[in-house]
Amino acid sequence: MTLAGQSWGRYPITRQKIVPLIDRQRELPAFNGWALPYGNGRSYGDSCLNPDGTLLHARGLDRYLAFDPASGLLCCEAGVTFSEILDLALAQGWFLPVTPGTRYVTVGGAIANDVHGKNHHRLGTFGHHVIRFELLRSDGSRIICVPGDANGLFEATVGGLGLTGVITWAEVQLRRVPGPWMETESIRFNALDEFFALSAESSTSHEYTVAWIDCLASGKSLGRGHFLRADHAPGEPGAKPVASSSSLRMPLTPPWSLVNRLTLRPFNWLYYHRQRVPRRRAMTHYAPYFYPLDGIGDWNRMYGPRGFLQHQCVLPPSHARDGIAALLHEIARSGMGSFLAVLKEFGDLPSRGMLSFPRPGTTLALDFPNTGPNVFALLDRLDAVVDEAGGAVYPAKDARMSGAHFRKAFPRWQEFQPHIDPRFSSGFWRRVME
Amino acid sequence: MQRVLIIGATSAIAEATARAYASRGAALFLVGRDTPRLSTMAADLSVRGASVAGTHTLDVNNYNEHAAMISAAWTALGDIDIVLIAHGTLPDQNACATSVETALREFSTNGTSTIMLAIAIASRLKAPATLAVISSVAGDRGRASNYLYGSAKGAVTVFLSGLRQSLYASGVNVLTIKPGFVDTPMTQSFKKGALWAKPEQIARGIVTAIDKRRAVAYLPWFWWGIMQVIKNIPEFVFRRIKL
Repeated sequence: MTLAGQSWGRYPITRQKIVPLIDRQRELPAFNGWALPYGNGRSYGDSCLNPDGTLLHARGLDRYLAFDPASGLLCCEAGVTFSEILDLALAQGWFLPVTPGTRYVTVGGAIANDVHGKNHHRLGTFGHHVIRFELLRSDGSRIICVPGDANGLFEATVGGLGLTGVITWAEVQLRRVPGPWMETESIRFNALDEFFALSAESSTSHEYTVAWIDCLASGKSLGRGHFLRADHAPGEPGAKPVASSSSLRMPLTPPWSLVNRLTLRPFNWLYYHRQRVPRRRAMTHYAPYFYPLDGIGDWNRMYGPRGFLQHQCVLPPSHARDGIAALLHEIARSGMGSFLAVLKEFGDLPSRGMLSFPRPGTTLALDFPNTGPNVFALLDRLDAVVDEAGGAVYPAKDARMSGAHFRKAFPRWQEFQPHIDPRFSSGFWRRVME
Repeated sequence: MQRVLIIGATSAIAEATARAYASRGAALFLVGRDTPRLSTMAADLSVRGASVAGTHTLDVNNYNEHAAMISAAWTALGDIDIVLIAHGTLPDQNACATSVETALREFSTNGTSTIMLAIAIASRLKAPATLAVISSVAGDRGRASNYLYGSAKGAVTVFLSGLRQSLYASGVNVLTIKPGFVDTPMTQSFKKGALWAKPEQIARGIVTAIDKRRAVAYLPWFWWGIMQVIKNIPEFVFRRIKL
């Protein structure tokens, strides 16, 4: 079945064959050309696409192998989503050790992109909590991968963008929580320096830290925003049941992006000013705290038929302050603005994957409606700033970085290359290897 | 705790239904052809909260093995509250038209075997048990695209209607499930449109229909309306249309 494949950014749209995987014990189905595993399509750009090739759709591998409610050790197939894990484990007192901003990623996708969350400064990336997994290669071999093995396949596959083979199942260590509640504190700050001060102060006191930035503010307000810090908190286990599936949904794709010059400025202004007091504390349910956008199904449609482009970069600590300021300045100057600009300081725990994105420094995530060449030109200018600061752009969110930038920012690509399954490739990989 | 026997357990709809019962803490007995997949499923359902009493390998076309499966299920579960017969294939109409062997086998898989299992199981069920069987909207009227499959499902539907009457006084409910288009491995090669449902959606409908002791459940519900229209098209018109 040839289908137009889509990633979460809805750009690019490419055609490929989609073959479902339904039984982890079976050999891979026959395919022509390049193959690439596909989970739940939450990567933003083309790292989960394979133009003119085959996508091995692994969402059907959604079975548990074992779960020990005493130790929190979970073994499941790679197509199980974080949402499903939470449904199972939270009632028994366990939570994901690391989670990105959507719970609709699969375990396989989380490993392949070595995802991170707001607690990176404490618990590192998802890959740090993976005990082992099985890798099914196109030659039919099955390899149990553990960290530090001489074959290097664990380190190649964590953050390996699906290129080393199909992850069939994985064993993950969950973490204990007192319940579904989060004790949160939101602090308004007026400039970028305040962000760095708050971040330094909070990294030892709070497990989760992140900031939202008004990226249209400039001058002395450059980098103003809200700093959000939180911890798991005990609470009434039975209090306020929250619907697990979203009832709000974008029913269709509007003909134009709803995020545009007319809406961005008021949105960012209102978001900044919605909190009148400088500090606000609250008890928040984990779902709206971790996954605010999951509350609106298919929210990516609001960017219209041309989709949107994400840009997430990390800048090393030495260049973080000036680099972030330069990026925000560049964006403010372009007037294009981002609906959500997210800023966070990573911790020092070295990532396990050869191509893992998280590294010490400050990360900034942005998204821009695809308005054509002007946005691509802006993104190239942002890449130039990142490049000069010695930073890196996140492959899971990228649809356009240059091969030169990728190879410089991910210097272990040459060490990684021999681990690629000889019959696997992706749109992203072919693009950055050109 | 509900005790549930599922035949054709590895089918997508059956597996989704098994998960729904697992989350309620049911005791399950799983029957299917593919032994490794049955054990994969059993482990999964245990994690999801079921107590899996056992699995049993059976090809429903081996009629002389039905009795052994049924006694194994009753031995494992003690007594049974819910039986779901869910196995099926989607045969290629052209292949059935050119090979008697294929046609007979497909009719057996989708029709006769289901009826024989229903007969054998019905005699052991005690009130207030439910026998739920997956038939199909395709059994409501023969259509050129798949009338061998349709006639086998039609036979099942008619048989269940009679069985429901005959068991009514005993307090055992017979539920005929008629799914429309479902996005499963069985229909992998079809182009999917707005009428297509996910197996999880069908499973929720099945569990509700069993809970409410319904007689017939079109799933999703709008297929009832569609089939009323299709059934009522006069034959002189119907024979001219491609469906």
